[in-house]
Amino acid sequence: MAQSREIWGTTIFDGCAAQRGYALNKMCYSFNSAENRAEFVRDEEAYCRRFNLNVEQREAVRRRNVLALIAAGGNIYYLAKLAGIFGLSVQDLGAQQTGVSVAEFRERLQAAGD
Amino acid sequence: MARIIGGIGTSHIPAIGLAMARQQYEEPYWKPFFDAYQPVRAWLKAARPTVAVVVYNDHGLNFFLDKMPTFAVGAATEYRNADEGWGLPTLRPFPGNAAMSWHLIERLAEADFDLTTCQEMSVDHGFVVPMQLLWPDAPEWPVRAIPIHVNTVQHPLPSPARCLKFGEVLGRAIESWPANERVVVFGTGGLSHQLDGRRAGFINKPFDLYCLEKIVHEPELLAKYTIRDLIEFAGTQGPELIQWLVMRGALGAEVRKLESNYHVPISNTGSGLLLLEKAA
Repeated sequence: MAQSREIWGTTIFDGCAAQRGYALNKMCYSFNSAENRAEFVRDEEAYCRRFNLNVEQREAVRRRNVLALIAAGGNIYYLAKLAGIFGLSVQDLGAQQTGVSVAEFRERLQAAGD
Repeated sequence: MARIIGGIGTSHIPAIGLAMARQQYEEPYWKPFFDAYQPVRAWLKAARPTVAVVVYNDHGLNFFLDKMPTFAVGAATEYRNADEGWGLPTLRPFPGNAAMSWHLIERLAEADFDLTTCQEMSVDHGFVVPMQLLWPDAPEWPVRAIPIHVNTVQHPLPSPARCLKFGEVLGRAIESWPANERVVVFGTGGLSHQLDGRRAGFINKPFDLYCLEKIVHEPELLAKYTIRDLIEFAGTQGPELIQWLVMRGALGAEVRKLESNYHVPISNTGSGLLLLEKAA
């Protein structure tokens, strides 16, 4: 079926991913509250355990690794709330995922307008 | 009777909200982007809408993945935003029009659109940024708002064809509301962008320009795409185009294009702006 053909470098956040990443995304959803963000910063490990993150998810959070977070079922809109705690912008996330510097990533975005 | 006066398509990138909070209007990065909104604001000032129906997607503020509606219509007397986890400013509440919301819900349900109805609804940047962009200096919001959420977060998403049809029914529903409202419909989000994965940063200017052109008089061409097509051509977040299709459907067959602008990049996105007037 055409719908299932893969697109390079792209994960479609479907039911499988949503199920796999439920705990992780639920934790990130909690970061809508400033109190919860402060709580996470106080004791990251304990906060992850409270939301029942599995080992893969906890490790991905610890490494701040976006591709690993997505592989573990993270949805980028929720992950953006986690990234916000670390002061990372979507350009920082893009640079990390594509393996280039933030300056290079910005240049690529700029070049898309040419 | 209520009358639709026009439709506006606009991106809703959160960085815009931050730039507005920091008043970066004159900075070289932002100036061409913000300047493009001037004629649209002038049109709004002259056209004096009383209601804005804002079609957007929630990004994890009001809805979590425990319950994810495909189409959700706000039916509250007011709507509030929040900082969303990264310190977006909290703005004065947006007044709603609950009676008109329920009318739209009734008409949409009669036409077989199964909705989620929300008597409480937090609105995120998808809704807030367009409101801020279009009325940046108003001491009070000059319109009452009706937010409509379309799921673009968790697949499966509604198809572009379904969204165009939703818009057509929405437009008829608006114009059968007996009160004498002047209604503007916003389709928000897009255009091409991809935040996640190794393909992050993907922007497709030719496709965006094609969409900006075709949505005016040939929206049915865009309605033929599948969601997967939109991901391939416009990035993982590119399907937000379906919210523009709802807006376009609501305007009916005959429209005039008054303004159109495209600017790359704003944050990670090819940003689009379109002002359509409904032909009488």
